[in-house]
Amino acid sequence: MSEKREISRRTFLNYALMGTGGFLAAGMITPMVRFAIDPMLKATGGGDKVAVGSVDDFGSEPKRVEFKLHTKDGWYESESTLVAWVRKLDDGSILALSPICKHLGCTVDWNISPDHPEQYFCQCHMGRYNIDGQNVIGTPPLKSLDMYETEIKDGKLYLGKIIPNPRPGVEM
Amino acid sequence: MLQKMYDWVDERLNITPMWRDLADHEVPEHVNPAHHFSAFVYCFGGLTFFITVIQILSGMFLTMYYVPDINNAYESVKYLQNEVAFGVIVRGMHHWGASLVIVMMFLHTLRVFFTGSYKKPREMNWVVGMLIFFVMLGLGFTGYLLPWDNTAYFATKVGLEIAQTVPLIGPYAKALLTGGDIVGAQTLARFFAIHVFFLPAALLGLLGAHFIMIRRQGISGPL
Repeated sequence: MSEKREISRRTFLNYALMGTGGFLAAGMITPMVRFAIDPMLKATGGGDKVAVGSVDDFGSEPKRVEFKLHTKDGWYESESTLVAWVRKLDDGSILALSPICKHLGCTVDWNISPDHPEQYFCQCHMGRYNIDGQNVIGTPPLKSLDMYETEIKDGKLYLGKIIPNPRPGVEM
Repeated sequence: MLQKMYDWVDERLNITPMWRDLADHEVPEHVNPAHHFSAFVYCFGGLTFFITVIQILSGMFLTMYYVPDINNAYESVKYLQNEVAFGVIVRGMHHWGASLVIVMMFLHTLRVFFTGSYKKPREMNWVVGMLIFFVMLGLGFTGYLLPWDNTAYFATKVGLEIAQTVPLIGPYAKALLTGGDIVGAQTLARFFAIHVFFLPAALLGLLGAHFIMIRRQGISGPL
């Protein structure tokens, strides 16, 4: 192995050119790409919880509450109005459901279909959910209604961000 | 692996002659800074193009956040500059590059002028170069309004007043550029369209012509 392994002038120049060019291109492209993918890497807002009323206001029957959430969308800040259907479960804990249908995103309503009383009903494609937001198997939605994170402080109910509902679908 | 992929494509499309034709061209001794250092003056055209590429790329990325609307333009620029990662750098590239491209283009023009490279048979390339110069100035003028801050607003007002003083067509030119009675919503929309669609399209066409001509005619001889 005493033979010297030389690289040719052509190869050397090729590497040197590619290296320099690559360095220049990377210097140009890196900031731009990082700039473009920023929304992907930005931490999503933890979200403050919003008070929606006293815990004593809610019984076992779902009650509709509206609350305003301050949203920051880039440079545009606004108040958006959210809706929750809130009821007290048998164990005393609070269930706050989001009325966004899990089929295609229409808004569901409680107890409005005469044929299906005591159910959440979506008028778009006849999606149905029971009182705990569990989707009725055989209707379009395949998942249960999402719920809000809840917190009770000083007798007041606070709602937070929307989380998936772990309850499975039911036959009805 | 890469070689195999290249060969696969090359076997079908015969792409080697295409890039060979682009890459293999004569660089005479008198334009090579390795031989005569003063030959660096021949680099200004290439540098202008390099900065133009940066302008196009950074501009494309800026439009991911920028909104050409009087209520949102300033806020969106403020947002992308201050709250988006590397925003200050990407906007800085576009901002400083805009000035630098004019400087480089001017130096390139001086070089062409003082080496007499505009003479026969390259007169047409000089004319195309001048058109590129005016398109670049147009890009600078229209881009200046887009941040919609005080500097932008009043610079555009002044620019439009100047446009109005052109004999005969002045008032029409002003109306065409303003798009309405005042420098406002319609002006901003129009300047944005001109800045990102019309002038860049013209610029690419002219640059293509500029490069094809220099390739056909070769670099002018030594002094």
